[in-house]
Amino acid sequence: MIRAKFEEALLPPIVALLIALLVGDVLILSFGQSPAAVYRLLLDGTWGNAYGFGQVLYKATTLTFTGVSVALALRAGLFNIGAESQLAAGGFAAALVGLALPAGVPALVALPLYMLAAAIAGGVVGGVPGMLKARFGAHEVITTIMLNFIVLALLNYLISTRFSVHDTLHTADIKSGALPRLADLMAPFHGSAANMVLLLALAVAAAAWWFLFRTRVGFELRAVGLQPQAAEYGGVRVGRVWWSSMVLAGSIAGVGGLNYVLGYKHYYEEGFSAGAGFLGIAVALVGRNHPVGIVIAAVLFATLSQGGLAVNALVPKQMVDVLQAVVIISMATAVPEVRRALLSIRPASSAKATP
Amino acid sequence: MIRLTAIEKSFGPVRANSGANLEVTKGEIHALVGENGAGKSTLMRILSGMFRPNAGRLEFEGKDVTGWSTADAIKAGVGMVHQHFMLVPTLTVTENILLGAELTKGGGRLDRARARTEMKALIERTGLSVPPEHRVADLTVGEAQRVEILKALYRGARMLILDEPTAVLSPPEVNELWRVLRKLRDEGGTIVLITHKLDEVMAISETITVMRQGETVGRLKTAQTSPSEIARMMVGREVVLAGGGEPTTDRRPQTADHRPQTPALLEVRNLTVAGARKRSAVDNVSFTVAPGEILGVAGVEGNGQTELVEAIAGLRAASAGSISLGGRDIASVSVRGRGDLGLSHIPEDRHERGLVLEYSVAANLILGQQHRFTKRGVLDARRIADHAQSLITTYDIRPADASLPAQALSGGNQQKVVIAREMGGAREFSMLLASQPTRGVDVGAIEFIHAQLRAARDAGKGVLLVSADLNEVLALSDRIAVMYGGRIVAMVPGASATAEQLGTYMTGAAA
Repeated sequence: MIRAKFEEALLPPIVALLIALLVGDVLILSFGQSPAAVYRLLLDGTWGNAYGFGQVLYKATTLTFTGVSVALALRAGLFNIGAESQLAAGGFAAALVGLALPAGVPALVALPLYMLAAAIAGGVVGGVPGMLKARFGAHEVITTIMLNFIVLALLNYLISTRFSVHDTLHTADIKSGALPRLADLMAPFHGSAANMVLLLALAVAAAAWWFLFRTRVGFELRAVGLQPQAAEYGGVRVGRVWWSSMVLAGSIAGVGGLNYVLGYKHYYEEGFSAGAGFLGIAVALVGRNHPVGIVIAAVLFATLSQGGLAVNALVPKQMVDVLQAVVIISMATAVPEVRRALLSIRPASSAKATP
Repeated sequence: MIRLTAIEKSFGPVRANSGANLEVTKGEIHALVGENGAGKSTLMRILSGMFRPNAGRLEFEGKDVTGWSTADAIKAGVGMVHQHFMLVPTLTVTENILLGAELTKGGGRLDRARARTEMKALIERTGLSVPPEHRVADLTVGEAQRVEILKALYRGARMLILDEPTAVLSPPEVNELWRVLRKLRDEGGTIVLITHKLDEVMAISETITVMRQGETVGRLKTAQTSPSEIARMMVGREVVLAGGGEPTTDRRPQTADHRPQTPALLEVRNLTVAGARKRSAVDNVSFTVAPGEILGVAGVEGNGQTELVEAIAGLRAASAGSISLGGRDIASVSVRGRGDLGLSHIPEDRHERGLVLEYSVAANLILGQQHRFTKRGVLDARRIADHAQSLITTYDIRPADASLPAQALSGGNQQKVVIAREMGGAREFSMLLASQPTRGVDVGAIEFIHAQLRAARDAGKGVLLVSADLNEVLALSDRIAVMYGGRIVAMVPGASATAEQLGTYMTGAAA
């Protein structure tokens, strides 16, 4: 039974990866290169040295936040396509607080303020589609996509007209509450962007797991996601769960903005989210909406995007984008078939065992 | 005409058919009976080409056609009328019948004139009267079913399979269906009727095949058998038939005047609930339920029973009127609050509402009471497990494994989970709303559920029983309300009510 559960959780991503590798082989061969050489280069450039690994950890940090954000909403039955703008809004709000704080405020005081600001900004951006859904039944896919445009354009406007340092698209430096980078503690990581927000990401993933599977509100949230009518019958106010889970999802994505703003650059820069919010959807899918899976999937996708830079000498780095896309498509389409086939030869009783 | 021999069909570990046989001769009405989960539908899907058997042989008019496709089956003249209609509600009757076999006149243009004449001819020939130009959405359930039958006949079906066709029909509509089926048979058609209602089997069929646990356990001539013999074969032991055969005499002696003597437990006054269309789903309904009373609500489905129950449970807003429980107005009380006030609810659809199918049995046993199983917002796993264990034992839920997802259980056991939670859960209840409590449940579990309802009544609790099964309402109720078109058109004492009398009210004829 445990083995079956394990297979059910792990087989689809593994099959998806194998398909991606196969497609990758074909692509690499079409460029006249040897797949083995390219994959070795990819691994050397990511897991093979401390700098590359640090970059992987940095990218995985943001992806963990956005992945958990998307997964949390999905558990409540909502498709949050808005993690991109929630992330950007969170980062922006943190930078505003940073600009307002005087220099030399200790991290212990500054950090909670940054987190609060980022969570509120992300929560508002996530909460608006949630409210529209609960109040008017507006579909959250449409509203979160549209809000992405609005929020990102608004931030772009604010940065370029009011907050940017002359001739750049970023704010002035934040002077207080900078978090140590990994390199400050372990010298080999020198130059990589990985920082202490990494620990915050792991804490958020752990908290999300506890919340979803151990608390009453998590129990009700998952019931709404699986069967809203049964949840309603069970005394759950479905609309309230919808908007509050979107607020929560938005605030988690928002806090993810700290990774760049506080941990890496110490300023907000236009466009820093760079698709990490959208990639969070893939991370949540591949991670099966489970916090542990999400952390693993975040590392996987971070490896692929960092690896793209490493293999650029042999094949175009866009090849890695193709691989990411293949993983997503396989997860979304081919693999459920595999899973169904698998379930039909395994005891139905082991199909799912959520508490 | 058709012969299925030693059919085996498994879905993973679940063996739906094993040693299933069926032989249907040309020109007969053949009833396929068995409890829910006996493998009737699977066998029919093999016959109609939807499933391929793992083993066994399927012969059609002497030819081996094992593992044929639906297209092959349709071509050979086998048509299936599903329990859930496969019609496009926004298209007209004609368009639905022609869908997939449209008449064209070159260039892909629809030949409407020919469609009209062909439909007219088809309807005249078969005697199945439906207005061909009406949209399916505007038809009654009985008419929609006739469209399904017409659709199969239009495609040249000589053999019709009907899956539980009477589940949604009123008694006169059932009689109309029987008339149509007999006519089809007399013209040389062959009919297989899937059902678990024994009175229907006796009324219409010539031959009966009984299935139990995926296996064919008997083939009988209707003229030479009795309902109790069939029931015994279906279940594998003696059963007490509630109606269908001979009604049980377990009805409480009635007081001279049928109005309850004690103050009402549940009082519904001038309740109106908005419906999907302009018409009110529930239209100015008033009644009371006293402690120690079962009030039965009879009626053809879709006459406001669902909306009535959901309004009382707090799942649907009332547009006018009042609902009070134990003398307290509960109109503004939440679903959870009503539960805490002693209102339990067995919902009509356990797959949609009553259970979260992917949740474990233990989790489902606290659904709606989850706030009673938490410590500062955290679920108390230990108490949930203990609670589940004790209910599983008391209500004999099988398999006795609280960690299984609810969807792994049979229909009867799923319903036991709902009943255990609502009647034996962590909260005391004074009033029970029981909506279709035995739908899709096997005969053994029906006995159990009926006993539970009677026990609740005898313990002084109020029960509002809504059921499409007239025999069930007759067997259990102290008083019976009949709903038609959103109104209560009759309120009669249970002891003296008869199926014929209620049947007339149910159609609105005697309103």
